[in-house]
Amino acid sequence: MDIKVDVTQDSIGQMCPMPIVQLAKNMRKMQPGQVLEVRADDEGAHADIPAWCEQTGNEFLGEEGIDGYVKYYVRKRA
Amino acid sequence: MENKNATTIVVLSGDMDKVFAAFTIAAASAAAGMDTTLFFTFWGVKAIQKGTLTGKGFMARMLGIINRGGINRLGPSKFNFGGIGRWMFKKMMAQKGVVPLEELRQSCIDLGVHFLACKTSMDVMEIRREDLIDEVEDVVGAAKMMKDAANSSVHFFI
Repeated sequence: MDIKVDVTQDSIGQMCPMPIVQLAKNMRKMQPGQVLEVRADDEGAHADIPAWCEQTGNEFLGEEGIDGYVKYYVRKRA
Repeated sequence: MENKNATTIVVLSGDMDKVFAAFTIAAASAAAGMDTTLFFTFWGVKAIQKGTLTGKGFMARMLGIINRGGINRLGPSKFNFGGIGRWMFKKMMAQKGVVPLEELRQSCIDLGVHFLACKTSMDVMEIRREDLIDEVEDVVGAAKMMKDAANSSVHFFI
């Protein structure tokens, strides 16, 4: 996926709710319009990250499966 | 005054599994930008105690020994077997990468979750304010919890 990433979050090995806790913490520090890449292998993240985006009004840009984990892309709302 | 984007959770239980659920929900709620309040009552107060021995009178002191507070002393609601179950669950959860309960509580604190303690429970069990962790914002009654609950869109009782 051709997305310019500003911040990368390593959540590999973490389980619910920690990927979301870190996602929220990172997003608080980021500027509007910046993109966060979350790397996670918890299968729950597949539903959790888009749901979090929908609830908070941030933009879910998509996901990309890599060997053993998934990259999720989230853009902070303007 | 009206704040519908809020969650209130009453934590009556002092079991590890149930407190785990309470902190998980609180963390997810606060992460989603919701104003989140945990109200600890009765056995739930254990989860926000420092772990010091409590009680002045004979019965309260006995209770303070057999039901000693502190987040790491919480046992599962089933199969505790005098502490073996707690040890086993902690080990299994660590192997699966589940965060320890104390760390989860810290995440809630970091995300700005409000911690309130029930005054009546503390009076009955003779637990003092200084027996609670510093992050507890206030010791309150049911009316304060009800006001917060009435202004929230999500409410849990655990």
